[in-house]
Amino acid sequence: MSGVRVLVGTKKGAFILTSGGKREKWEINGPHFAGWEIYHMKGSPADPNRLYASQTSGWFGQLIQRSNDGGKTWEPVDNRFVYDGVPGTHQWYDGTPHPWEFKRVWHLEPSLDDPDTVYAGVEDAAMFRTKDGGKSWTELSGLRKHGSGPHWQPGAGGMCLHSIIIDPKNPERIFIAISAAGAFRTDDGGKSWKPINKGLYSKYIPDPTAEVGHCVHHVAMHPSRPGVLFMQKHWDVMRSDNAGDSWQKISGNLPTDFGFVIDVHAHEPETIYVVPIKSDSEHFPLDGKLRVYRSRKGGNEWEELSKGLPERNCYVNVLRDAMAVDRLDNCGVYFGTTGGQVYASADAGDTWTAITRDLPGVLSLEVQTLS
Amino acid sequence: MIRVELPAHLRTLARVRKEVQLEIEGTVTLRSVLDALEARYPMLRGTIRDHVTRERRPFLRFFACELDLSHESPDALLPEAVAKGEEPLLIVGAIAGG
Repeated sequence: MSGVRVLVGTKKGAFILTSGGKREKWEINGPHFAGWEIYHMKGSPADPNRLYASQTSGWFGQLIQRSNDGGKTWEPVDNRFVYDGVPGTHQWYDGTPHPWEFKRVWHLEPSLDDPDTVYAGVEDAAMFRTKDGGKSWTELSGLRKHGSGPHWQPGAGGMCLHSIIIDPKNPERIFIAISAAGAFRTDDGGKSWKPINKGLYSKYIPDPTAEVGHCVHHVAMHPSRPGVLFMQKHWDVMRSDNAGDSWQKISGNLPTDFGFVIDVHAHEPETIYVVPIKSDSEHFPLDGKLRVYRSRKGGNEWEELSKGLPERNCYVNVLRDAMAVDRLDNCGVYFGTTGGQVYASADAGDTWTAITRDLPGVLSLEVQTLS
Repeated sequence: MIRVELPAHLRTLARVRKEVQLEIEGTVTLRSVLDALEARYPMLRGTIRDHVTRERRPFLRFFACELDLSHESPDALLPEAVAKGEEPLLIVGAIAGG
């Protein structure tokens, strides 16, 4: 029997939400790691019971937890994230040089075919990899050292590497994004990288079309079309049809094109979802009304989805890694809010219900479709 | 026998209830106690001291015998009462955040 497991990272622990294929009744398990910030949890596509979690704290630093039984039990694995060589400096908010310092892991991306191989996107921005299930981590330093690193600068949330997308047809090709440096691509498994930001326009940097410096909030891809990428930038929703070599704006009729999340329907590669946020200075929905917007045409033409979502007095945010889809038919769409609500749609966004309303603020959300 | 009291989150992580008791060979210093603590509970590595610099994490303090030892040299001898196991070394999380 099919089912769904939703992995929710919050400001005060991890929660695992499970349901059968109808997605009507939910069981909520947690908090795991109570009191800790769980920046991200994700399961291995090759072994759904193998989960990894990024557990962090201002007091105690970074931990990585691993589960071999779908989140029932966990064990801490290696938490040494040491930059390769002398890390040097990047730009601080005011443009002055600032030492590169490890702060936390924002995103864990398991390999598509090996449960022991996982990529970690960290703050200050760098990518690490384990090949032994988390027993040791090694930096893929070609990214940080490719040349533009000293010019990278943090976004308001820190200089985080938050998006990691592995090309399912070519595992040597990986896309990543950094706030606020931009998007990058490797075609040789992480040895060398190049910025892929042509077409992005950002008014908040001295050269709005610079090669790096763009505050990319999230990037999404449909696995059947790895050359097509969708991006929610600080402002602007963007699309690339050539693996990031160039981007076009697809904000179209969105009421505001500021936001954090973006995702793609599991079975319709041209159907994409965003949650518009009022502005960079007011991180909540327009008019206090929480709405998802869906385009069935790969952008530009968007429809409002609000059935079941709060119609008034809603001033939450949806953070960059807090939306995901399941692979059931009809496709399920899920997102978590900074107010602790987790909303789900079992009909591709047409209607929404709250699975739970009172969790700590949601930092991340991932979905596993179980067979 | 050296007694060490951990903050609640680290007790949970190490799966211990209250005090940790450690045997220390040689001099009893912050460094030797933390080395012994991390050897017995490897999951605590990096949570009290930075992996690379080996310095105390900024939001943690070391207290014992009503003294703040946070800024003492890691190689300074701990108070005799700690060395004799009469008093615990307290590892305390700063009061900050919500």
